[in-house]
Amino acid sequence: MSPPEVLLRGIELTRRWGGLVAVDRVSLELARGSVHAVIGTNGAGKSTLINLLSGEYPPSSGRVELLGQDVSNWSQPRRAQAGLGRSYQRNTIYANFSVFENCRLAAQARLQRPWAWWESAQRCPASREKAEAVLQRTGLYPMRDRQAGLLSHGQKRQLEIAMCLATDPQVLLLDEPLAGIGPEETDRMLELLAELRPGHAILLVEHDMDAVFRIADRITVMVNGTVIASDTPESIRSNADVQTAYLGEEQP
Amino acid sequence: MIARAPLLFVTAAFALLAAYPLVAGEFGVDLVAKIMIYAIFALSLELLAGSTGLVCFGHAALFGIGAYAAVLLSPQNEAAALHWLLPASVLAAAAYALFMGALSLRTKGVYFIMVTLAFAQMAYYVIHDTPLGGGTDGIYLNFKPVLTLGGTTLLNLDLPETFYGFTLATLVLVFCFLALLLRSRFGRALAGIKDNEQRMRATGFSTYPYKLAAFVISGGIAGLAGFLFAVKDGVVNPELLSWHLSGSVLIMIILGGLGHLRGALIGAFAFVLLQELFKSEAIFGNFAKHWHLGLGLTIIACVALLPRGLVGLPQLISQRLSGTRSLRDGDSPDEPA
Repeated sequence: MSPPEVLLRGIELTRRWGGLVAVDRVSLELARGSVHAVIGTNGAGKSTLINLLSGEYPPSSGRVELLGQDVSNWSQPRRAQAGLGRSYQRNTIYANFSVFENCRLAAQARLQRPWAWWESAQRCPASREKAEAVLQRTGLYPMRDRQAGLLSHGQKRQLEIAMCLATDPQVLLLDEPLAGIGPEETDRMLELLAELRPGHAILLVEHDMDAVFRIADRITVMVNGTVIASDTPESIRSNADVQTAYLGEEQP
Repeated sequence: MIARAPLLFVTAAFALLAAYPLVAGEFGVDLVAKIMIYAIFALSLELLAGSTGLVCFGHAALFGIGAYAAVLLSPQNEAAALHWLLPASVLAAAAYALFMGALSLRTKGVYFIMVTLAFAQMAYYVIHDTPLGGGTDGIYLNFKPVLTLGGTTLLNLDLPETFYGFTLATLVLVFCFLALLLRSRFGRALAGIKDNEQRMRATGFSTYPYKLAAFVISGGIAGLAGFLFAVKDGVVNPELLSWHLSGSVLIMIILGGLGHLRGALIGAFAFVLLQELFKSEAIFGNFAKHWHLGLGLTIIACVALLPRGLVGLPQLISQRLSGTRSLRDGDSPDEPA
């Protein structure tokens, strides 16, 4: 086996909010063709980690490398342009637009042409095709004309992923894509992630342990901003520290 | 992008405006020309506040700078050439907008509102307190600009009918330009910024240059309106840059209905006509002195009863008549995100 192609690398990332250290010297690697899950209790710093990797805000210290380049000083849009896509824990969609327009506008990020003020955005072939494709792929095609704000919660989660895919990312940072959705939708989402796995490096922050152990190739466990374990699912399952962190001390 | 009914409405409105001088007297032509100038001004703010979600509370500065540029750049003893005075005025306003936008767009929300106000007050006091602007009395435009070609005068803006036609043509052009702009990729990006700037950045749009471009375009159009205002009255004074006017133009677009270009048209007409109504001694007698009160109460009532502005009125009436409330009533998605 050839060594895995690392697409995104976080090196010694730290983020302090005043006296609180939300993320403390976390390093991790995302390789193409693998799903890397980050689990941990609430407040463990998982979302902060995604925000640091995606450039939502800068780290207090540490570096981020994307596709072999140091992108620590890059803005979030620039990282997105370079192939980093993310979804949010809370739905972050264009609630007033149609489902189709949500995806089309996301796809437009790849071909912005803002100076062409006489060209209709609705006749932009590149972004239309891309939007159609991701709607098909995520199963949202039947709702394409619905107003996004009126979708069900599960559909909004799917739309988040669809919008993320519309930008053709190589790295996907998914912040609890399964939060609050039903078992069928969870299955569909996991199927989609499995389909996406070969071409992408995927970071999955998730609370649903069954889902995590079904899909993840590697699991990193965070507690209070630090990584306490990072290994294959089997090893994590039998890791004593993780069991303590999750289930508490064993009763004598 | 433009649905059929609004398109019909706007076309009919422009046709009526074109026909109006045939039936109206001097006073009416002058009044409607003034309203059309305000409509251009309101359209410029609509691009920012309604379409991009940036509530600028200093737009009068850009209007006033366009107006002062028209006067200050005109020669003392002869008429200026329209084809360079007009672009120069627009550019002057756009340049100040670039300066104002570059700094104020670093802030958000209520801070943005206050910073834009501060920039406007700064411009106001520079014009008001330095010899440049002629103080409180302002300055007169001795000769109105003309457009000549090879010795023949094509347009002389000193003639009220010519000025009216020129203003209407400008209004139509500005409206069509903005309608095109808003349906373009640029316009959709602005709409995305209004709806969810965080998502725009996460998908790869650098939102700051987009917002700055919108600010400068908006400033240029406000300057165009200011230019027309200076030419119409032949005089400018510092009140053109005052925050009262910034507030008035905001009220116009809110009254008309934010998020719709035609809302700016309707709002400008509604605002100025209401103002004229309450100022009319023939109708209100002595109370006409207190026209601010009547105008204010009417606007409060309008905003309270028509949350989506006058643009939403037909929909509201049809809903009342059919006794149904649409699902999209209130336009609030079920999540604040």
